[in-house]
Amino acid sequence: MANDASFLTTRLDEAIGWARKYSIFQYPFVTACCGMEYMATACSHYDVDRFGAGLPRFSPRQADVLFVVGTISHKIAPVLRRVYDQMAEPKWVVAFGVCTCTGGFYDNYATVMGIDTILPVDVYIPGCPPRPEMVLDGLIKLQDKIQMQHATGVRPLAEPRPVMSDP
Amino acid sequence: MTTLVETLGHRFPDAVAGSHTYRGDATVILHRGSLLEVARFLRDDPALQMNYLMDLTAVDYSAFGKKPTPAFFPSSGVSVRTSPEIPDEDPWPGPPGTSRFAVVYHFYSMAHKHRLRLVVPVEEANAAVDSLSSLWPGANWLEREVWDMFGISFRGHPDLKRILMYDEFAGHPLRKDYPVKKRQPLIGRID
Repeated sequence: MANDASFLTTRLDEAIGWARKYSIFQYPFVTACCGMEYMATACSHYDVDRFGAGLPRFSPRQADVLFVVGTISHKIAPVLRRVYDQMAEPKWVVAFGVCTCTGGFYDNYATVMGIDTILPVDVYIPGCPPRPEMVLDGLIKLQDKIQMQHATGVRPLAEPRPVMSDP
Repeated sequence: MTTLVETLGHRFPDAVAGSHTYRGDATVILHRGSLLEVARFLRDDPALQMNYLMDLTAVDYSAFGKKPTPAFFPSSGVSVRTSPEIPDEDPWPGPPGTSRFAVVYHFYSMAHKHRLRLVVPVEEANAAVDSLSSLWPGANWLEREVWDMFGISFRGHPDLKRILMYDEFAGHPLRKDYPVKKRQPLIGRID
């Protein structure tokens, strides 16, 4: 009866994936002007609650998805890493806006050139700032990713930890 | 009616190193040693009453004029061409002396509605000026910013430490010899 067992496990994983992707509790790490667009997405016009992500948690202990919204400077980077470390597994990271994706038009002494240099990133949403439609598109892509991690039977493991290198 | 520049010139003939006026905005170049005395006079004299320190910043002239910079106004001191469309009868005379740095103060009088810019040239070897934080409390953070960005220290400042960059940061990023591509991350990368 091994087939039945794996059938049951697969169905269970699908159900868990479905439940998880429609109950995203985000932690908005908002540092800059992208935050306005984040708020526009979250409010009633675009209504992020339609996708089950309507309840941002302002404690990393209660959050599943870290939304990094706005420019990250080298000074704030350790704080962002700490927030990420405090989140419980399974967890995902969304880079919101071009500054978090690549550094954007900041190429200087102060700015982190993309948060994927300090954190593992699951979804990149470029734009300066991204339109709410792009944010919703990124959110749906993240939901697909959450669902697929269960449909394929692969549990969401922690990404490889960043390795310290010489500054 | 005497202008601000004339008032200062008569009151402190030894302190004033030069002056110019660009489209109504007066600038006085001061010797470093008399800054505190002149600033106190600006604040306390009934005819001046400069009770608002609008801005306090600095300039690094070490790369000035070394390479062509696109500029529209001849008074910026960069372009040599005068434009007939933009009359400029009173052009900017250029950097104040040969010192590398200049600390710039902008004062405004709420009572008299007049403003004045003070420029204090500072040499690189002894990059320090007197702090104005005892006269204008708002100078405190502005001087910390100048220290952080340019490495110019302020004598008598109550708490002169970095304000924008982190303590581990080495160097002063707005100095023209700070490498443009130099990064000093606090935490590592994913390789």
